[in-house]
Amino acid sequence: MEPAAGLGGVVSGVQLRGFGWRHAGRRAWAVRGVDLRVEAGERVLLLGPSGAGKSTLLSALAGLLPEDSGEQEGTVEIDGLDPRKGRERVGIVFQDPETQLVMARSGDDVAFGLENRGVPAGEIWPRVDEALRRVGFPYDRDRPTAALSGGEQQRLALAGALALRPGLLLLDEPTANLDPAGADLVRRAVAGALDADTTLILVEHRVAEALPLVDRVVVLEPGGGVRADGPPEAVFAAHGAALAAEGVWVPGHPVATRRGPAAPGELLLTADRLGLPPRLAPTDLVVRAGEALAVRGPNGAGKSTLALLLGGLLRPGAGRVTASAELAGPDHRTAPHRWRAPALARRIGSVFQDPEHQFVTSTVFDELALGPRRTGQPEAAVTETVAGLLDRLRLTRLAAANPYTLSGGEARRLSVATALATAPRLLICDEPTFGQDRRTWRELVDLFADLRDAGHGVVTVTHDPDFVAALADRTVTLERS
Amino acid sequence: MNHSDTNRWRTIDIVVASVIAVAFGVIFWAWGLVWSATEGAFAFFPPAQTLIYGVWLMPAVVGGLVIRKPGAALYCETVAAVLSALLGSQWAGTVIPQGIVQGLGAELAFAAFRYRSFRLPSAVVAGALTGLSAALFDFFVWNAEYDLADYRVPYALLTIVSATVIAGVGGWVLTRALANTGVLDRFPVARDRAAI
Amino acid sequence: MTGRSMISIEPVAVPGAPLARRNPVAKVAAALVFSFTLLATLDPVAPAIAIAVELAVLPLFGIRYGVLARRAWPLLVSAVGILVTLVLFASDRSGRVLLDAGPVLVTTGVLLTALGLILRVLAVALPGVIVFATTDPTDLADALIQNAKAPARFAIGALAAFRLVPLLGQEWQMISMARRARGVDAGRNPAAKLRLFASTAFALLVGAIRRGTRLAVAMDARGFDAGTPRTVARRQPFGPADGLLIAGAVALAGAALTVSVLLGTFRPLLG
Ligand SMILES: Nc1ncnc2c1ncn2[C@@H]1O[C@H](COP(=O)(O)OP(=O)(O)OP(=O)(O)O)[C@@H](O)[C@H]1O
Ligand SMILES: Nc1ncnc2c1ncn2[C@@H]1O[C@H](COP(=O)(O)OP(=O)(O)OP(=O)(O)O)[C@@H](O)[C@H]1O
Ligand SMILES: [Mg+2]
Ligand SMILES: [Mg+2]
Repeated sequence: MEPAAGLGGVVSGVQLRGFGWRHAGRRAWAVRGVDLRVEAGERVLLLGPSGAGKSTLLSALAGLLPEDSGEQEGTVEIDGLDPRKGRERVGIVFQDPETQLVMARSGDDVAFGLENRGVPAGEIWPRVDEALRRVGFPYDRDRPTAALSGGEQQRLALAGALALRPGLLLLDEPTANLDPAGADLVRRAVAGALDADTTLILVEHRVAEALPLVDRVVVLEPGGGVRADGPPEAVFAAHGAALAAEGVWVPGHPVATRRGPAAPGELLLTADRLGLPPRLAPTDLVVRAGEALAVRGPNGAGKSTLALLLGGLLRPGAGRVTASAELAGPDHRTAPHRWRAPALARRIGSVFQDPEHQFVTSTVFDELALGPRRTGQPEAAVTETVAGLLDRLRLTRLAAANPYTLSGGEARRLSVATALATAPRLLICDEPTFGQDRRTWRELVDLFADLRDAGHGVVTVTHDPDFVAALADRTVTLERS
Repeated sequence: MNHSDTNRWRTIDIVVASVIAVAFGVIFWAWGLVWSATEGAFAFFPPAQTLIYGVWLMPAVVGGLVIRKPGAALYCETVAAVLSALLGSQWAGTVIPQGIVQGLGAELAFAAFRYRSFRLPSAVVAGALTGLSAALFDFFVWNAEYDLADYRVPYALLTIVSATVIAGVGGWVLTRALANTGVLDRFPVARDRAAI
Repeated sequence: MTGRSMISIEPVAVPGAPLARRNPVAKVAAALVFSFTLLATLDPVAPAIAIAVELAVLPLFGIRYGVLARRAWPLLVSAVGILVTLVLFASDRSGRVLLDAGPVLVTTGVLLTALGLILRVLAVALPGVIVFATTDPTDLADALIQNAKAPARFAIGALAAFRLVPLLGQEWQMISMARRARGVDAGRNPAAKLRLFASTAFALLVGAIRRGTRLAVAMDARGFDAGTPRTVARRQPFGPADGLLIAGAVALAGAALTVSVLLGTFRPLLG
């Protein structure tokens, strides 16, 4: 007889009947009409286009949708219990590792959940050590969580969930902003750390990588209900083409590549032993017009730092950035980080890793109009530019919305559009495709390819091998210093 | 929409109240970076500080307006004070009791409205009272040696005016703006926002 | 840019120093007792003794004098501020006149008062600087819960938020750079600079609250606030040495006041 607290139930079957949830402040249902049964020990991949309600469904299963945060339809049960009452049976790992680590030291963070569950003090540290070992955590318990790379943080978060011995493990895009090696480590940690009878429900846009972990696929229909359910081969054979068109990354449905012209154009920007210790080791690089350059490398190699240095936003710690007369006009003798902001925005556009950092105004329209206004365009031309961009990126409907209320995909498109609004000759984008469904992804590839073909320079920092294969004319790989 | 009116703090109340206090701590730190020149001028002529005194009192009012639970204003201002002590602020340990006193002012105002009204008038009263408590603390603890009519009284009055305008009205405007961004959707402040 | 703009709440002391190792609650209590006793007087003698005591115990806390100087230098700037303000606004202008130029009337009395106030500010602030320079936030939260009976949910919630401090510091820089990338800069115009500061601060707050919301969900997911009584993984013992530290602070502060009373320099704050 195991007490419920501290040790999760061994059997964790899930039963949803007509389940629906509407977030407070929204008119639309995030998810609706879901009937689903998952037996204990099953491994399920949950799919659906962006906004279909996958994350909302996982939160409901973890008992993390309080009554005061929205409206519920139907029922959710785990082993016959309301998940809000049976939380100790469930472990969940979210996409963003930074906001799920609670404590400053790695061991303390794993111990946090055990303390909450009232595990006796003498049992805590042995269980912490065991969980860290199961995920292959390479450091000791005192390692500061702030000193971990993204992949290591994600493994620590997984250890925190596993230490509680959940019967049901929920993973929401656990590898979205990791480099391929880090993502592989996390997937292997999951595969190795699961007990035979642990139930797994995994959300992941990139289906091919996730398939080895699962034996069943469930596809959510954006309007409500379950679109398809069954073994992966059967689901993709029956619905593959339709799902791919709606934005699901179906294996075996490749996307068209967009190769550039054979000969790139004039020189735009040169980096000469450019570095910023200790974030970026000295790097040489040239960027040309009419060329798409991809920058790759492991987490922490300094790719984002390089993008900021090239974009004239950070002062180099070593070496220099030189802009050609073609790009800089009269300013070509001064380094980009010394240019006034309006001149910079006209010449080099930067898109940041986190779109929310970029928003300055309170409506989508003003957001797009800001750059052109700052660079001194007449109001009529501003309106025309903005209308064109809104249309192109399917944001017209949202012109009056507050940028902070957009969904992930919309926010990403808007941040790219703001950089395009001033028609810069050179565009630098940091991880433009992360967490995107297949449809947004294809639109972004087309947009960048069109720019390149029109003679702009395009630099993209990315972990996404498909994106590199579809677009890049040349790749620079940074090593971890 | 059903918002429970219990006074028990949810986890999200505790964490967001703490985060508001911490974010203000980081903003004050950045203020020092951006305005290091003026910072010097303020330090060389302390009376000038009173003009922006209200800025330091904003966490109390904003915390109270967002969380809407007993103790929120006091808790936010206290956490902000502990953070400045940890960051090695120039007043170190003494900011903690000072923060508690300042937070109590705003807390009293919200309590006087029985934690029912969080409109502009309540915010203004909260700003004024937190200014009053700050002014009293400084009046007795730090300014005892200065001339009463020429310094202590004008300093106290300016502190209260600054707190009323910046912490009270400013805090209310800021809370509304935050609610409009959607980040406060799990709090009752967002009740006034139209569904989209 | 990177060096100056780091923000951190890590302790700066050599770990393992005899007094730095004391229970954080004991350290904070000792600092508060010491500071508040000194707040009660306006004379220069008691704070001077207190400063001597503070500097003498510094090595026991494992703090090097250079580190303290760096942490405490803003105090010296405010010392100059106190002098300027007193010269202009002192209530007591007794003593020999040293300088008389319109509103600026400097007397020996004014200078003596200034000395008293400056020493008092230093003496009152230093204990806090010392304690927080040697205290890890996690240990402080643990000790507050175990030894001071602080509510665990609040102490841990605040601790989790403190972990975001360095992240938010980096976020401030990202937001500033993003604004520049959008063509927004202030140049030398102070009004534009203020507007830019306000909009950056707003973006930081929005991002911080978003993070806080996600963090709260992650904490709930790991059983925080589930109603089960918590256990503690890290013990913060409160031993006789910790009691002695507080008693020592009381005794030393009392001694400083006593000397001041015996010398006849004592001037109570209220009265
Ligand atoms: N806290 C919230 N408040 C209001 N609306 C929300 C909230 N979280 C999600 N939504 C909305 O609910 C819908 C479903 O969101 P959800 O995050 O579940 O989608 P998802 O399938 O996980 O998408 P993605 O693949 O992009 O992560 C979206 O329209 C989203 O904007
Ligand atoms: N603002 C900052 N201050 C100090 N160090 C930083 C800052 N930003 C990043 N770093 C550190 O510099 C190194 C390089 O960071 P950077 O963000 O450039 O890496 P990256 O290659 O973009 O990684 P990822 O693939 O995870 O996005 C990392 O070790 C990081 O911790
Ligand atoms: Mg999601
Ligand atoms: Mg990066």
